Amino acid sequence: MTMFSARNWREYPQRYRLEASKFKKSGKTYFPKRIVDPETGDTEQETVKLPDTGKIITYTVIRVAPSQWGDQSPYALAIAELTDGTRLMAQLTDCNVNDVKIGMEVRIEFRRVQAEGDQGVLSYGYKFVPKWY
Amino acid sequence: MREVCIVGVGFSKWGEVWRKSIRDLHTDAALAAIKNAGVDHIDSMYIGCMTGGLFVGQEHLASMLPDYLGMRGVPATRVEAACASGGLAVRQAFIEIASGISDIVMASGVEKMTDCSGNDATFALATAADQEYEVFNGATFPGLYAMMAHAHMAKYGTTRAMLSAVSVKNHHNGSMNPVAQYPFKVTAEQVEKSVMIADPLHILDCSPITDGSAAAILTTVDIAKKLGKPYVKIIGSGVGTDTIALAQREDLTTIKASTIASQGAFKMAGKTIDDIDFAEVHDCFTIAEIMVAESIGKYKPGKAGEAILAGETSLEGKFPMNTSGGLKSKGHPVGATGVAQVAEVYKQLTGQAENGRQIKSNPKIGMTQNMGGSGGSSVVHIMEVA
Repeated sequence: MTMFSARNWREYPQRYRLEASKFKKSGKTYFPKRIVDPETGDTEQETVKLPDTGKIITYTVIRVAPSQWGDQSPYALAIAELTDGTRLMAQLTDCNVNDVKIGMEVRIEFRRVQAEGDQGVLSYGYKFVPKWY
Repeated sequence: MREVCIVGVGFSKWGEVWRKSIRDLHTDAALAAIKNAGVDHIDSMYIGCMTGGLFVGQEHLASMLPDYLGMRGVPATRVEAACASGGLAVRQAFIEIASGISDIVMASGVEKMTDCSGNDATFALATAADQEYEVFNGATFPGLYAMMAHAHMAKYGTTRAMLSAVSVKNHHNGSMNPVAQYPFKVTAEQVEKSVMIADPLHILDCSPITDGSAAAILTTVDIAKKLGKPYVKIIGSGVGTDTIALAQREDLTTIKASTIASQGAFKMAGKTIDDIDFAEVHDCFTIAEIMVAESIGKYKPGKAGEAILAGETSLEGKFPMNTSGGLKSKGHPVGATGVAQVAEVYKQLTGQAENGRQIKSNPKIGMTQNMGGSGGSSVVHIMEVA
């Protein structure tokens, strides 16, 4: 699939800077950003940056991977709950995939994620790494 | 609202059907359903298809498929909710008859998945997940369900043996289904020794890639009686939705969309889960059948796995699940699956299930649960003998 630059560029605030929506009424933070608070319908919000630490609440190890990750397979993929309660999914790297566990403390780092699409556009974003690393 | 019934169903060949295109697969299933129902025309049709565009480069199926069926000019609508597209097509047909707009409507589903590489098929299926926040980061569908499995195992102590029991049971049932893509039995040992796809899911925990189509003819009770064919009533229909991204779910160990869909269907039918004799559920992965059995309220959270392992959901059990073989053994042509589930319940309720697959305890009410993505959408139908 052809990846157009605008589609990547549009995601920079989220992928490069972890920008999220914090809604006025509920005080809740959502990542990625959204226009409407799904619980209250509120649209008044401020942009906040997500905390960069949290812990793994579930994970898997992808052993049969799509071609753009062929050179990284097997790789761990996880959902982490950050210190403010928001959750996001990312790869967990810089550790042995067999050592990944629920409850593991992680930090978010800026990394190369993949060579996307037919043209292999280098795409950057966030990955989890073990907190002690 | 008028009463709606199903008066006939049909299937194409399912599997890696290299000789058949998407138009031929759909025509085979639709003609079989029309013949089975004995109708001489249909007023309109709803076609469930997840992504003809990505699998075979063909959209605008609502033009092509009626034409190739010999129904040029008939109103047709293609509906999409990823792997729940078929269930949603049935619901749209149900609504059109219930409302009085049409008297005979076909609900069909089709997917032609083997005309592209495995990598392209993985990409196409992954469009049912959050493209920018899951797939971009390396998620695959087995991976998403694997994460749900790990969360369920951690919270409830669900075991490897419970996952395997789902696959063993469904392959046993599918071994008696002439439509099934993989009509052979497997053992728990075979499941556990099969190649690991995404921990903890092995390939024999996963439904396959399948070409196939299924169709059902829906009509009014008056017309069904005149046709003189066996029919069943659709007494409940429900749909539920949830976040497309797994990370944003309130609880990773339940499928809330299925809870919402089943509650909607139960309310319409005036029934509860205790009134249901058997179910066809969306076992795209073994963990899904366990989570769905809990989400529809049949078992308390964390209790479905042991019930399945104990044989409660086998053909002879108290609550048979996936008598067709489920997605696991029968195959999973994504757009067709929801219609095929309804067709299996029709067969069971009219005593037409083949080769010893028929439930012997004379079931009266059956349900289907169809699911899109990792549980971002779900469709439930409840059917009763006429």
